[in-house]
Amino acid sequence: MKYTKRSDGRKFDECRPMKAEVGVIKNAVGSARFQIGKTIAIAAVYGPKDLFPKFLQKPHTAVLRCNYNMMAFSGSGERVRPGANRRSKEISLVIEKAFEPVLDLSEFPKAVVDVYIELIQTDAGTRCAGICAASLALADAGFDMKDLVCAISCGLVGDQVVVDLDKTEEDFEGGAVDIPIAMLPRTEEITLLQLDGEISKEQLLKAIEAGKEACKKIYEVQKAALRAKYTVEATQ
Amino acid sequence: MMISRDYIESVIAKNARMDGRKFDEYRHIEIEYGISSKSAEGSARVKIGDTEVVAGVKMELGTPFSDKPGEGSIMVNVELLPLSSPLFESGPPSIDAIELSRVTDRGIRESKSLDFKKLCVKEGEKVWLLFIDIYPINAAGNLFDACALAAIAAIRDATFPKLDENMKIDYSQKTKTKVPLIKLPISCTVWRVNNELLVDLTIEEELASNARLSVVFTEEGKICAMQKGGDSPFSSEEISNVLDIAEKKTQELRRHFK
Repeated sequence: MKYTKRSDGRKFDECRPMKAEVGVIKNAVGSARFQIGKTIAIAAVYGPKDLFPKFLQKPHTAVLRCNYNMMAFSGSGERVRPGANRRSKEISLVIEKAFEPVLDLSEFPKAVVDVYIELIQTDAGTRCAGICAASLALADAGFDMKDLVCAISCGLVGDQVVVDLDKTEEDFEGGAVDIPIAMLPRTEEITLLQLDGEISKEQLLKAIEAGKEACKKIYEVQKAALRAKYTVEATQ
Repeated sequence: MMISRDYIESVIAKNARMDGRKFDEYRHIEIEYGISSKSAEGSARVKIGDTEVVAGVKMELGTPFSDKPGEGSIMVNVELLPLSSPLFESGPPSIDAIELSRVTDRGIRESKSLDFKKLCVKEGEKVWLLFIDIYPINAAGNLFDACALAAIAAIRDATFPKLDENMKIDYSQKTKTKVPLIKLPISCTVWRVNNELLVDLTIEEELASNARLSVVFTEEGKICAMQKGGDSPFSSEEISNVLDIAEKKTQELRRHFK
């Protein structure tokens, strides 16, 4: 089915408006809020701290533990039952893997670093918003990172390649393909890639290219948010 | 940073508080509505000093309790997110979270602040159920009062979702009909540190406290819910003093809803 015009008037390769803020949770070692369109994610980092049970410890590095959660009222339909479910556990896992290549925790052997991601409001693209927030929170916490991680969903709505699908696009009656990706902006390496739907090889590669371009814009928003916090502190 | 209990006690013994407040003085309070307006039927953020909580209302249709066939119901759930404090851990709800949930629930339910009859769709068959979920974002003391304020603010913000002709909820469309909140129950928790009575403790002060009493007042000055906590007892005289403080403070807090 043809998809000729986006419901909110965006260009096909245009992200929804983004907002990022670093240092939003005082109790945490690092924290951030990332909003894209109506999807709002917050992330907090705690640690490094001792990891128990002991057999989970790694002798040469700290373990990164991510926890993705939607607040009970943040879904589009009925209330989301609180607590972990299969979906949230899988998302937590792929988020951990998205950070594995950039984060150097070898300074803290046998320890754990916890990243908690909470969604306050959702309009699709929640794992990507969560990664963008978590990336800022980890940087805010001061861990050694080779780069930030930027994430966006790209894909197909009808027969059209788009980036940053919202909920109405994901539910498009002519079919939609949702491809969340996470990228390291300096090397353009992909650290998260999932796909939901049916797509040709050519279209997939085109979608990923569009996603990469979008990630570069996210990178600028993230850097600006970090600068906003640390520039202020430096002048005090 | 945690400050030792002895130090907090020594400051309060000198008739002072760490942050310079009076014993019966709250930190700065902010209430923001509609923080999850796309997803939730009603939502709010409450900040009391560094303490921040968010609350959202989700509405569903369900069958009424058999002893109240013509009334809807509420369910309050507070989750102590490990995101909000290094003292909270993942896992099933802790006893503290359950207590907070139940005390917040009681304040709303027992004050009859919602017109439960207006939540009835068809007597004996279908009623509205309000799920009020509350999450601390930064837990820096006095979650009891913060959660109570956030719950009421979220209900105040809530409107009914649309019902289609088959009695199915269309969550994508909200009506303009407000949830029937007819009273504003306000909670004030008074703690004892040494032998002094204080309100709105910071997390460090809470750890130095040996007893607390949460009191929920309605607009007419009626008490509709209470909860004593902590390891030490209160004398009758102290309880009377707590009630006086709580009555005065809830009147002040109520102004945030004007």
